[in-house]
Amino acid sequence: MPQSGFLIENRIFDPAETLSRPDLAALQLERLRDLVERVAHVHFYRDHFTLHDITRRSIRTLDDLRRLPFTTKDDLRRHQPLGFLAVPRKDLARIHGSSGTTGRPTFVAYTPDDLRIWSGLCARFLVAGGLKPEHTVQIAFGYGLFTGGFGLHYGVELVGAAIIPAASGNTRRQLDIIHDLQPEALICTPSYALTIADAARDAGLDPRALSLRYGHFGGEPWTEDMRREIEEELDILAFNNYGLSEVIGPGVSGECAARNGMHLQEDHFLVECIDPETLAPVAEGEPGELVITTLTRQAMPMIRYRTRDIARIYRAPCPCGRNTLRMSRVAGRSDDMLIIRGVNVFPSQIEEALLRVDGTTPHYLIEVSRPGTLDQVTVKVEIRRESFSDRMDRMQALRERIAREIHTVAGIRAEVELVEPRSIERFAGKAKRVMDKRGLTET
Amino acid sequence: MKLQQLSLFLENRPGRLGAPLEAIAAEGINLMTLSLADTAQFGILRLIVREWERAKQVLEHAGWVVNLTEVVAVDVPDRPGGLAEVLRVLESAGLNIEYMYAFSLRRGDKAILIFRFEDPDPAIDVLKTAGLHVVDAEELFSHFP
Repeated sequence: MPQSGFLIENRIFDPAETLSRPDLAALQLERLRDLVERVAHVHFYRDHFTLHDITRRSIRTLDDLRRLPFTTKDDLRRHQPLGFLAVPRKDLARIHGSSGTTGRPTFVAYTPDDLRIWSGLCARFLVAGGLKPEHTVQIAFGYGLFTGGFGLHYGVELVGAAIIPAASGNTRRQLDIIHDLQPEALICTPSYALTIADAARDAGLDPRALSLRYGHFGGEPWTEDMRREIEEELDILAFNNYGLSEVIGPGVSGECAARNGMHLQEDHFLVECIDPETLAPVAEGEPGELVITTLTRQAMPMIRYRTRDIARIYRAPCPCGRNTLRMSRVAGRSDDMLIIRGVNVFPSQIEEALLRVDGTTPHYLIEVSRPGTLDQVTVKVEIRRESFSDRMDRMQALRERIAREIHTVAGIRAEVELVEPRSIERFAGKAKRVMDKRGLTET
Repeated sequence: MKLQQLSLFLENRPGRLGAPLEAIAAEGINLMTLSLADTAQFGILRLIVREWERAKQVLEHAGWVVNLTEVVAVDVPDRPGGLAEVLRVLESAGLNIEYMYAFSLRRGDKAILIFRFEDPDPAIDVLKTAGLHVVDAEELFSHFP
């Protein structure tokens, strides 16, 4: 716990956050019916609805959600770009993107109403976690296709606080800005918060003496241990929030002052927790894959989107007065996606990058570690005769070429290590492509 | 006039250099000379052996990636300036050396220089025209009874 004694009062941004369960359920049902109507002409859903004779009237209770089809990342990819639009293209106000399993982003679109709602969702958890109009907030998330920067930016703006849109990178400059402008809050990935603390120490500053009093962290998995470390290092309160661009971006859930699980914003999202193998719901409180239905998105509504994020969902009274379900930290993935410094990376992207380089093998291993505060990726690639030269300059060029292709396809900087043939362990069944040594999953 | 050089890819960690050398020693293949180019992460081992075909087979069979390259050997008097003279010749002919290494013979006062050129044939012509002694395999290995 921070020693500076910064305490968060229990504040609620939007009265809708404290709806009673019956009122919330009634609102959800109404919105779900509207949703079925709104997506009826989206090609992907229309076929299923026609086949199974689903209309607004088919949804009599919230349990009827299970009659609707799942939507997967692959489905999104197959209908790129913008095949899931439920409004005319001219009504769009913004397009973001997330990394896909191939080199091209999966686009997500927003109408002006979507953006307004999104800002409100971010404002809710920001206020729950200490944000006040008189505060200054430094946002060190990337501003771009990634939803983190702009999502949080407009949330802070809606609350009326001052924003320093520092964006990501250049840690020394981040530190100078904190030093000069004295923001109360920091918004970034949890690992970047630790990087800033390290940079402060390197610059001869006491990170605990910085102006920061609290921070909202997300965009990558983290642990309670990391929370303790961030709070200890920077003498701040650290809040967790969750979201994903496919359903909106940050704002699906976030912590309140109790910092005990993230309140799901159930008036805008119906969240299920399923067994990724059987697709049946898991018992309440058990870990499972989160499946999210957007109740209010206009531009690109999602029905039962399979997030692949593994977490627990539970109901328990919270002293903050919100009656929503809460979710645990994300404890893993039900697919092989990695999150590297906030960037989603699939092993298949690394494979695609290797395929672009002649003479490399299908035998590779991705090692992810966190030697200091930031993720480091090493891709081990077996050398083969076609790619081996007796000349060192050619071998170095090969390494650089592979690293460049990985950066192009996956958007990350990786250390490429050439290894001897047959040195990567072979598996009879599915190859093990990833060794994640970061210890980000809690048991 | 050219020599066959075997190159191997090795990871830069303890024990990796010894293994291929032991593999060819076990087959009774004698090593004339070797050179190692390394980075922090991997190395390239280059070998000159008389029985290069058999050595290549042995090493490939044991799982190494082996590359065959033609290199040029020149013998020079084993005294100060011996190498410099050869380099002057190559330089004035505008020939680029990819890499080179040298060793002394056990008998006599000769040093052998091994050169890797992008294209060995013009280099051999230049060396010969300058009156330098390009050593072929037969001659080189005759030093090893």
